[in-house]
Amino acid sequence: MNWLNILILVVQAFIITLAVTTAFAYLTLFERRLLARFQNRVGPNRAGPGGFLQPVADAVKLFFKEDIVPAAADKPVYLLAPALAVIPAIIIWAVIPFGCLNVNWDYRACFADPRTSEVRNILQIAEINVGVLYLFAVTGIGVYGITLAGWASNNKYSMLGGIRSSAQLISYELALSCAVLGVVMTYSTLSTAEIVYLQGGLWGIVPQFLGFVLFMVASTAEVVRAPFDLVEAEQELVGGYNTEYGSMKFALFFMTEYIKLIAISAIAVTFFFGGWRFPGLQTLGQGIEALAGPVVASLVVGLVSLGAFLLKLVAFLFVSVWIRASWPRLRYDRLMTLGWKWLLPLGLLNLVYTAVTFVIVPDQRLASFILLALSLITLAVAIGFSSVPRPVDNVTYVKDLRQGSVAPPPPAEAGESQAASTSPRQPASSRG
Amino acid sequence: MLANYAFIAIFFVAAVTFPLAPLVLAFFLRPKRPTPIKQSTYECGLEAIGDLRVQFKVQYYLYALAFVIFDIEVVFLYPWAVAFNQLGLYGFTAAAVFLIILTAGLIYEWRKGALEWV
Repeated sequence: MNWLNILILVVQAFIITLAVTTAFAYLTLFERRLLARFQNRVGPNRAGPGGFLQPVADAVKLFFKEDIVPAAADKPVYLLAPALAVIPAIIIWAVIPFGCLNVNWDYRACFADPRTSEVRNILQIAEINVGVLYLFAVTGIGVYGITLAGWASNNKYSMLGGIRSSAQLISYELALSCAVLGVVMTYSTLSTAEIVYLQGGLWGIVPQFLGFVLFMVASTAEVVRAPFDLVEAEQELVGGYNTEYGSMKFALFFMTEYIKLIAISAIAVTFFFGGWRFPGLQTLGQGIEALAGPVVASLVVGLVSLGAFLLKLVAFLFVSVWIRASWPRLRYDRLMTLGWKWLLPLGLLNLVYTAVTFVIVPDQRLASFILLALSLITLAVAIGFSSVPRPVDNVTYVKDLRQGSVAPPPPAEAGESQAASTSPRQPASSRG
Repeated sequence: MLANYAFIAIFFVAAVTFPLAPLVLAFFLRPKRPTPIKQSTYECGLEAIGDLRVQFKVQYYLYALAFVIFDIEVVFLYPWAVAFNQLGLYGFTAAAVFLIILTAGLIYEWRKGALEWV
């Protein structure tokens, strides 16, 4: 390792951090414009052409906001919490390969096994052999920032938000790690570059379809996006854990959330959609090498792979905004039920499927399609089973009452059902 | 291989610098006019009543306990998952027994109502 390599690395680290923060700024604009479209509005379009300068305007506004530290807050922890939240969100990016380019100008190295290859891919910061464990370690630390922010603010809304978030994040982390365990079993490796390399034939979504669905649900809850954004449900908790944060410190929490969203989408792309791989990329490299030499070929392959990765990433972000625009927020007990009684057992089932199929069927390709079929059947059964009427809880009871499919309760019946039926208001509004 | 961890360290420095820079910049740009009213705890305009640090529901702790068990399970399964193709029937059976015990634990918890949010 010489000085040139270190220089490349420092430049690379700063470019990636800058890119991630810029991506965050423009994701907010992307989301606001898109949400506006979904709600038949126009959205922010005044600052610059098409609202292009809106993130800059927002940042400038936040710079000039007074920073209020509540007198009751626990100051050191209050100041530490935003840093604890934002730093893990950024360093997740260290192990994600978002393209393939090397300074030896050899595009063939991209399609060689990274375990034996000596060439360093400069579009990935660090190729470590425990990449998947690193991802989970780092996302796990992120919980501290939110929980401590809720605790240190000394505000009831913040506290509730903080407690909710810690319970939610640990519940969904299980489902998330079960989903990823399936990917690890399929490719027998913990290295992210290796996982991308092994998706040369079939993308990970084919053998791990069930894992992918679980990952999508659990990761949406991990990054506290709608419909799992109970941590900051503004109708009941004002701002949740960041109620007492203002100015740049609030901006850091905001940034954390969006950077985590981009990162988790990037992880989904890496594990299930072939990372930077795109069909025909190797043929393209060969063709260009014949025409214009290896350096141009390497550059073109590098750019196309980066472009393919970003394209998949934007598709994921679009889906995320779409979900936010479409689904109402879950109730807290439903959230916990979903995490523990649906996702976790399905995750364990996915492990069993993967293990049994790969042990019985030695052919990887055939096993992948068997797993796809098993996943589809399981999901169909799970969805069918979840729509079977459950024992009466408040909401379904009130709904049935309004539709007239159940008789109103006799006066002797105790509890909340009685309160709902004898209330002079509309029954549904009693839920607030 | 170990050099890659040094790369992560350099990236960590960049990741610390970037959020710090706007904080420092904002420190010089923003107005500082604190008053006791501004610094009071925000509770929708009402005065804050009672202490915040009270006892929580026991459910949170039950979830946390269950989480620890299952997280350790997953951590145990990671090394197995990487190598399960080479471990053959013995490794498969060992992991199956392990999983069955844990699933029994999950079912027990479920039936006991530890996973209910009340």
